[in-house]
Amino acid sequence: MFKYLLAREEDIPAGSAAIFFGFSSIIWFVVGTALGSFNAAKLAFPDFVTGIEMLSFGHMRQVHVLAVILGWISMAFAMAMMYITPALGNTKLWSEKLGIWNCFIWNIGLSVGLCGLWFGITSGREYSDMPFVIDVVIIGGLLIPLCLNVIMTIKTRRTQGIYTTNWFFGAATFMVIIVFAVGNSPEFFQLTGLTEAYLTWWFAHNVLGLWITPVAAAISYYIVPKVTGNPLYSHRIGHLHFWSVVVFYSTPAAHHIMSSPLPEWLKSFASVEGVLILVPAIAFVSNLLLTMTGKWNMFIENIEIKFTITGVLLAIPLNMQGGFQQTRAINWYIHGTGWIVAHAHLALLGFSTFLEAAAVYYGLQTLLRRKLYSLALANFHFWMLLIGFATYWISMTIAGLIQGAGKIYEVPYIDVVIAEHPYMIARWVGGTMVFLGNCVWMFNMWKTIRVGTVIPDGRLPHELAYER
Amino acid sequence: MAFREYKIGARMFGLAFGSSMFITLYMAAVDISSVSVSQIGLHRQLGFGRAGGFSYEDPFLRGWAKPTQVILAVDPKTGAAIDPVTAYVYEKDVPFPNGIRHPRILGDGPRELSEGRGRIGEADDAVGAVFLTHEVEVNGELVPYIENATATRGWIPAETLAKVPDNKRLQVGKGKIMFVREGCWWCHTLLPEQTQDWQYFGAPPMLGDFNGESPTAFGSDRKAPDLTHVGSRNSSREWMMIHFFNPRLVQPHSIMPRYDYLWGDKDASGNTIDYDGWRSAYNEYAAGKSIVPPDVPVPHKDSEARALIDFVLNLK
Ligand code: HEC
Ligand code: HEM
Repeated sequence: MFKYLLAREEDIPAGSAAIFFGFSSIIWFVVGTALGSFNAAKLAFPDFVTGIEMLSFGHMRQVHVLAVILGWISMAFAMAMMYITPALGNTKLWSEKLGIWNCFIWNIGLSVGLCGLWFGITSGREYSDMPFVIDVVIIGGLLIPLCLNVIMTIKTRRTQGIYTTNWFFGAATFMVIIVFAVGNSPEFFQLTGLTEAYLTWWFAHNVLGLWITPVAAAISYYIVPKVTGNPLYSHRIGHLHFWSVVVFYSTPAAHHIMSSPLPEWLKSFASVEGVLILVPAIAFVSNLLLTMTGKWNMFIENIEIKFTITGVLLAIPLNMQGGFQQTRAINWYIHGTGWIVAHAHLALLGFSTFLEAAAVYYGLQTLLRRKLYSLALANFHFWMLLIGFATYWISMTIAGLIQGAGKIYEVPYIDVVIAEHPYMIARWVGGTMVFLGNCVWMFNMWKTIRVGTVIPDGRLPHELAYER
Repeated sequence: MAFREYKIGARMFGLAFGSSMFITLYMAAVDISSVSVSQIGLHRQLGFGRAGGFSYEDPFLRGWAKPTQVILAVDPKTGAAIDPVTAYVYEKDVPFPNGIRHPRILGDGPRELSEGRGRIGEADDAVGAVFLTHEVEVNGELVPYIENATATRGWIPAETLAKVPDNKRLQVGKGKIMFVREGCWWCHTLLPEQTQDWQYFGAPPMLGDFNGESPTAFGSDRKAPDLTHVGSRNSSREWMMIHFFNPRLVQPHSIMPRYDYLWGDKDASGNTIDYDGWRSAYNEYAAGKSIVPPDVPVPHKDSEARALIDFVLNLK
């Protein structure tokens, strides 16, 4: 990678930026889930590693969250954009060199920011934890170059129309810049108190709604037609999905702090808009499942489709929860409990991670022109992720319901802590499975570069048989 | 952008995204920031100081350049005894809280009174200031305001501090930093919910209670009780001390981490704390081999643990 930083644009092989992003994202995935599993162990066994400030739960939690969001998820997104956008425009990436620098700064900036958080250098606001010095790097060094590259690649395309995936990529890279800039603005404009708290959650909500969800969906709009060979079921439903994301997903931020004294109109507005999130969700899921018509055998046989469709199916419970848990009555019961943690992992570890994993699997094979080293290992990875995630999700959902009941029926808090203990252990076991599965994935990908079967020119990876 | 549709689409996109931002950012922010600060809000921001998270004056979150909240029993200028009052002492170069730096944050009523009667405009970083809070009736409504006692009564910060014994000082500003840095808000909330929190623990927060505070550290996950009113249900300094050193000493089932590292090297009487010795004695006790647990060292008056305990006890 370093040798390309100063190379001339023409000397950099096409796809290098995407490959570097792909491998970086896998490494961050392993690191991030290792941290998650460490935190889970601490919540189950509080005296596991104690007495060291840097390793205490309060210092490690935000490092896990931002490592997976900005390291794994966002870098996998960047990887997907850097190979899917040009592929759909029948062209090359606008600037491969910018892409390489982007990846380099991303890794450095994120490492510095996370080490800072680890030492306790935080702004004290959830999800926008990074101090504003780092935020400036994130906006200027990570997001703007990415957006520039994606939008310019779309502009210089050699096809007439723009395919659904690229609408989402272009719009999301643009919106996430605005979201980051606005969400971190309290530190610049002396916005304090409730305004600041509200903006914090405006940021958290919109990073999920305008960045993670649409980009993950966009990936599946590419992978499913590409691998199955079926055309997208409906372009029109794609339109509906896109516009309803922009209109409905960007508004319900206040539902994260329903118990705070925010103005009532804002809370009610958020609640109603939140239910409308079901519109893009249904459009998305139905469109993709209908695209699969006649090719459902691939759900079993093909590893990329297996990941993608699992992700799409997980979007159903995700949005059912999301749509209703922010209505006041339900929110009253589950707010702040483990239910929300389960929901967050359903969105990020379930829905979006499965889609990104598919993009990284497929992209690295296409770009390296190497068939995946081992299908068995890939299947093992899939099942470790799915079973690990399911264990996590179910145990935390139950823990959340217990907590909710405890909160409403006025149970002394310590009894709730005791009742949750088995589920905390189950969550730790589930999370550790995810982590171990990822280690296997890293090994599988490493072997793929070294000894994977070479894919002949003019063929696609999924057309070749596995050798192992 | 070859097609006319894309031009229209791009404009529609701008319109849709723009109007969603208008509603959720502009309208919301204008509405929220039109609220006037309450007495509680003044108390919080004056006690915590300008920033509770990363800032230039305290980039490593060590609690540098923070105010001290004191209970004054004598007039620092004349030395005469007065009814005990809570004062917020900002020594030289400690940045003033947001309401002093940007009085519009206080809202119309409190701003006018604070600038007119309270003379907060005269507060000067190079000297520091001592602040008091008051509430007066204006047109049938109670309006709180800040008084800059350095301007109105000539109370000098350093002299004021010198008149207050250590047990009447609360390092809540530094304690808030510890609260944020140590991530207490990943388990505890500072935002009670409409459940037993409101019924037993104390009044729910109101709109003006947070003006000027940054960050509010509400917390979103609850794995532990809400702390908004913890100081009024448990005011024992000793319990807090034991609980922070090792929560399992007072609550065997607690999952709260140990915060013994906040004690630093020395205890209150200047002796070096022997952590290894303490832990092995505790392990013996936890394993049932000894009957009494080892004594918890009393934190040094400048330690981080002391500031954190001050902060927690001050949450009333
Ligand atoms: C891993 C989660 C966790 C973290 C982090 C945590 N606590 Fe706790 N805390 C608990 C639990 C669980 C209880 C209830 C059981 C007990 O009393 O120990 C509790 C109880 C308390 C209580 C007593 C509450 C009451 O109602 O009497 C106080 C005060 C407290 N914690 C303060 C803090 C402070 C200050 C910090 C940060 C330095 C902190 N906690 C960090 C989990 C946590
Ligand atoms: C890609 C995978 C993952 C993503 C994107 C992810 C994301 C997140 C997010 C967003 C939160 C904050 C939740 C909230 O505030 O409600 C969180 C918390 C947490 N995650 Fe993960 N996570 C992932 C994998 C894991 C794994 C494998 C584990 C291992 C057990 C894990 C353990 C935890 C723990 C213990 C917390 C703290 C929960 C709490 O405070 O109660 N995560 N994670």
